[in-house]
Amino acid sequence: MSGALVSRARRHPGLPASVLHRVSGIALALFLPAHFIALGLALSGAPALERFLELTENPLMRTLEAGLVGALALHLACGLRVLVIELLDFRERTAASVALCVGLGLFVGLLYALSVP
Amino acid sequence: MLQLEIWRGGATGGFRTYRIPLREAQTVLDAVTEVQRTQDATLAYRFSCRVGMCGSCAMMVNDRPRWTCRTRVAAVAPRGRLRLGPLRHLPVVKDLVVDMAPFFAKWQRAHGRFDPGPEPASEFARVPPGEPERRAADAGIECIGCGICYAACDVVGWTPDYLGPAALNRAWTLVNDARDRGGTARLDAVAQSGGCQNCHSHMACSETCPKGIAPTYAIAGLKRLAMRAALGMRR
Amino acid sequence: MNPALLLASRLSALILAVAVAVHLAVIIHAVRNGLTASALLARTEGNWAFLIFYCIFVLAAAVHAPIGLRLVLSEWFGWEGRLADRLLVAFAILLAALGLRAALAVFLA
Repeated sequence: MSGALVSRARRHPGLPASVLHRVSGIALALFLPAHFIALGLALSGAPALERFLELTENPLMRTLEAGLVGALALHLACGLRVLVIELLDFRERTAASVALCVGLGLFVGLLYALSVP
Repeated sequence: MLQLEIWRGGATGGFRTYRIPLREAQTVLDAVTEVQRTQDATLAYRFSCRVGMCGSCAMMVNDRPRWTCRTRVAAVAPRGRLRLGPLRHLPVVKDLVVDMAPFFAKWQRAHGRFDPGPEPASEFARVPPGEPERRAADAGIECIGCGICYAACDVVGWTPDYLGPAALNRAWTLVNDARDRGGTARLDAVAQSGGCQNCHSHMACSETCPKGIAPTYAIAGLKRLAMRAALGMRR
Repeated sequence: MNPALLLASRLSALILAVAVAVHLAVIIHAVRNGLTASALLARTEGNWAFLIFYCIFVLAAAVHAPIGLRLVLSEWFGWEGRLADRLLVAFAILLAALGLRAALAVFLA
């Protein structure tokens, strides 16, 4: 069953690209209010924000953060793919362009994960 | 031996297994025909020209929509096993036969028909073949309405209202036809609920079309027109 | 989805393409150079270019995200109609309000 799914995803890369685009978008949309509220803590002064950020200095939070940064890059890359298809009539080779998009997402997410102290 | 799992029944039913000899240069159509003529005369399936011109033989072959007359068994069944089912997203009449009426109903909803206008043209339209609009139309006019793109499209599966790649591709060829007078009525039709804006560029249609048509780009053209109209720009 | 929403989605996407690229570059730069929160705040405080950039970013996101969610709710969860639309508009307003407040917060810090 999973073999069939993988085989289908391989032959039809536009679908997993779309699903990843969508899921990353949902994650980002749900994350944004929390992000804005956290940043809003700066209204109470920098120490308030710093205290909150200390809470995120554990491995789980760092992993989730890297996931979100990667999700942002992935959503951007997949979105750019859609925009060039729709607005510039770009004739893509789907497997190559999808691989590039996912690759960019992974690159940025990993770079973040490996750079965070 | 070639083992075929063939859908039997209507909307409900199941796959039944048949075995026939593996033959040189066999097409999937050859295989289905052999099953029906030598083993089970109750099997229902469609074909007509058997040479890749009419599209009647379209069905799901190993979960991918194809013309069975143009699909070699050797190419799709390397381990001697084939799974055949009716085209997806259309009501099943019996076994491998689907009702194409909803498919063509969507063509009408998309205004996928030539509109000569209220009066006959007073003179011949001059249409240079190299003109961008004519080339855009030519890229899509070879569609024979086989339904493969419609069966392949994920969005058709998610959104029953979605007009689908074939209907929208046809509308795009007419939008670009200098002789057509379909005008804003057709633009409204393709941008209605279930219209071009629902396409997510998965490319399934463009990858599976046996005529090499790329409906994704026709639909992108319609999206651009719809967005320009929303900005108040005339075509 | 209708042509007006499609247009809003694509226009906001174009703005976000630039904004997100810049934002990611800033994030990676900050993280690779070990910038602390107070170091970042020192750079954003009183910085008008920053404020304008992030206000535009927030408003584009407040338009873009609800339209995307509307599509997902409709296609994957079969939920559409006036109630769904009203909730999404409320979400858009929430994002805009919280986001502009956040941009202001780090500008005033």
